[in-house]
Amino acid sequence: MDQLAFGQNYCVDQNLRPSDCALEISGLSVTYGERPVLIDIGAQVPVGSMTAIIGPNGAGKSTLMKSSLGIVPRSAGEVRAFGEPLSRQMHRLAYVPQRASVDWDFPTRVIDVVLMGMYRELGMFGRVRPQHWEKAMACLDRVGMADYAARQIGQLSGGQQQRVFLARALAQSADLYLLDEPLAGVDAATEKAIIGVLKSLQAEGRTVICVHHDLSTVPDYFDRVLFINVRKIAEGPLETAFTPENLQLTYGGRLATAHINRLRTAV
Amino acid sequence: MWDAFLKALLFQSGYNASLVAIGAALLGAAAGSCGTFLFLRKRALVSDALAHSTLPGICVAFIVMVLLGGTGRNLAGLLLGSAASAGLGVFVVHWLSTRTRLPEDAAIGAILSTFFGFGVVLLTVIQSMRSGYQAGLESFLLGSTAGMLFEDALLIAVGGALAVLFVLLFRRPLALTSFDPEFASTVGVRVGAMDLAMMLLAMGVVVIGLKIVGLVLIVALLVIPPVAARFWTDRVEFVMLLAGIFGGLSGYLGAAISASAPRMPTGPIIILVGAAIFVLSLVLSPRRGLVVELRRRRRAQARLLAGWPVDPQPDAASAPQACVRGHLDPSR
Repeated sequence: MDQLAFGQNYCVDQNLRPSDCALEISGLSVTYGERPVLIDIGAQVPVGSMTAIIGPNGAGKSTLMKSSLGIVPRSAGEVRAFGEPLSRQMHRLAYVPQRASVDWDFPTRVIDVVLMGMYRELGMFGRVRPQHWEKAMACLDRVGMADYAARQIGQLSGGQQQRVFLARALAQSADLYLLDEPLAGVDAATEKAIIGVLKSLQAEGRTVICVHHDLSTVPDYFDRVLFINVRKIAEGPLETAFTPENLQLTYGGRLATAHINRLRTAV
Repeated sequence: MWDAFLKALLFQSGYNASLVAIGAALLGAAAGSCGTFLFLRKRALVSDALAHSTLPGICVAFIVMVLLGGTGRNLAGLLLGSAASAGLGVFVVHWLSTRTRLPEDAAIGAILSTFFGFGVVLLTVIQSMRSGYQAGLESFLLGSTAGMLFEDALLIAVGGALAVLFVLLFRRPLALTSFDPEFASTVGVRVGAMDLAMMLLAMGVVVIGLKIVGLVLIVALLVIPPVAARFWTDRVEFVMLLAGIFGGLSGYLGAAISASAPRMPTGPIIILVGAAIFVLSLVLSPRRGLVVELRRRRRAQARLLAGWPVDPQPDAASAPQACVRGHLDPSR
């Protein structure tokens, strides 16, 4: 209980106006069967920020993303995007699921996957026109995968698969990008390429939220953090929230102090 | 025999045989194209549960129609009954696998055998009924094309055409749902509706296929054509088209073979023709076939032994960019 109180006191540093929030979560709870996965999560993600969702395995990071998007039903809570109920802003949102969540032997080519991102634009029956192809190719180009457009997706390496997923999200021309572990299991070059694209999105004034695992890269890649472990532990800009105390609280004291000291935490 | 086969192929072996051939071809085409999405969504086995759960419905429909004073042999009535119990079966499978800890494959096994067992018991009950003596409901187990009526063929044709039309129209959301349902729901695809549609399509195919192929084997007609088609192409639209063609071909050739040889059961022959297409695809496919795989492996081994550099991805670096882009030219 103490922990919770501490966490909540810590993060009242902000109270953004609803319209300044790309994503605003309040009182969100999710249960699988009898097991609570998320309890009373509240968070505010300002427009134009780049936020890392951080927490140990089983903390509910992916579930937070999925339940916010309505993929996983929530038992309580409200989610708003750009000041309106999320369901009315879905078209401004792009979601990149975990790479392992799909079957990469599916009979489809790289370019077709990117075109899936244009589903709203194309509609159920609309024909794919040259301008759609050009846009899809441009998105592939942006992630450095244009030469692979005609490949079957099963022939790609893990990092290439992740870049194709990112290209599909780019094709959605969204204002808010939600990525579930976009850097999991990719090599250093791909990691650099993906972060480059995400930073360029931020530079265009778009908002990026990532579930992220690697604590050592947090200060380089992100400007905000959201710590969760079933409950919210803390959120805020790096300087105030990415602290040894919050890391210890989030990981239940299981991180070695030496490890934390090596991280470039604030304080 | 060969003459008779050719005659049957050219619709020259009589009215009934022609009806069966056309019906079987349309059924195969519908089953293949609808089955594509079940296969890609990894739901192929659910359609087996669905097929086996039709039996009690057929029997109950027969009993009800007899009690109401009819002969109980009205095909539309029987199919309606079969659809109702198939729907119940799939619903129970779905309920068991989402609301209890039972995994889906176990739920399928349990429901499939329970419904089928119940249906067999009802068949015996019907045998002992006064008017059940010549009911011939057993023919729904493995199909029977003897005495197929024009109305039966029409029912299959219309049902099959509707199913094919549906998958053609909705191929985009269906493919998106099969590939990545979570993403699909975020771009406005109604995933639940698409899943339901897939199940209803499977149900439709099973029900119209009962007469020709029978409920025990119909699942093969849903599964084999897309699996065979997958060997020839890497694009979901083409898998769907090719599966429809393979299914139609199986139905047509199978019907012709069984018409040219006396006492050959139509349904099982259709399935065997489908299986032959599958085996041919498995061996001969230029992309994923066994022959090509073997040759590729041999070559790689020879290269390795000769001390040549081995390219980990054979065609990764060699595909020139212009060719890749040219291949994608939308105007082509």
